[in-house]
Amino acid sequence: MSLDWGLGALINLNHPGHYLHWHVIDVSVANLTVMVLMVVAFVAALVLPFPGRKHRKGEEK
Amino acid sequence: MSTTIDRQWTTRLRKRVEGTLPPEKLLPDTQPAYVASWIYVFGVLTLVAMAEVIGTGVILAIFGPQWWHVSSVGHFINSMHLWGVEIFFFAMIVHLWGKFAMAAWRGGRTLTWVTGAVTFLASILTAFTGYLSQTNFDSQWISTQAKDGINSTGGGAFFNVLNFGQMLMWHIVLMPIVAVALVAFHVILVRIKGVVPPIVENPEVGQ
Ligand code: HEM
Repeated sequence: MSLDWGLGALINLNHPGHYLHWHVIDVSVANLTVMVLMVVAFVAALVLPFPGRKHRKGEEK
Repeated sequence: MSTTIDRQWTTRLRKRVEGTLPPEKLLPDTQPAYVASWIYVFGVLTLVAMAEVIGTGVILAIFGPQWWHVSSVGHFINSMHLWGVEIFFFAMIVHLWGKFAMAAWRGGRTLTWVTGAVTFLASILTAFTGYLSQTNFDSQWISTQAKDGINSTGGGAFFNVLNFGQMLMWHIVLMPIVAVALVAFHVILVRIKGVVPPIVENPEVGQ
């Protein structure tokens, strides 16, 4: 059952992880990327307008 | 006669459910205006990711490791399962930050927060036993590293990370039951209490 469509991954992950060291802190680039993306998602969720918000104004308090 | 009927457990249970969670509270038509924010999406996103993880996990269970290690469809479903877990934890942590920032445990919602926190811990144990169930070098490495830590607590005699059968069953039977039950309880509590009002609008809700 081989379904090879010749699609590679966006980023080649087929190697040992890269690590960053800073004093006692030791973190892989992959984990740090996920952490940064979580912070970005959190901030974006707070600042981006939610669609359909206008309709609801004053509907219920 | 009616008093004896009132004392039946079926009647008492129905009345209790009707009282604490009437259908319009369980599935409401509208939500307060402040709920129209992306931060409220992350609880449901966590739920959706959980459903995806359970669905792909069921497919993995049907065909087994000889399938998910060698066939491309098997690899694909295995990857869906892993990436679903990534989204699950991602969404759960943003959800946690959001609830922390709005102090969503106010107004008698302590148990909602606590069930969420316990679900977080249960999810970590589920993911851990999942890594031990991969049947590859990665799971061997993780289990041989983890055994020393767990043995130092004395827990190894009961929870043996080198016991593949035990870890697999914790991963695909026990922990999913625990996690789903906790999440169901968590969401029902949210529905019973309603969404917590913003801090500024309703200061008397505090404590
Ligand atoms: C499997 C993990 C989880 C799932 C599926 C989940 C799901 C949900 C959903 C669907 C809601 C209602 C919608 C919303 O406000 O976002 C909610 C509310 C809430 N969650 Fe979670 N949650 C999870 C984990 C957590 C964690 C880790 C915490 C914090 C420790 C937490 C704390 C809360 C609180 C306090 C509320 C009530 C918010 C309010 O009353 O306004 N949850 N959860």
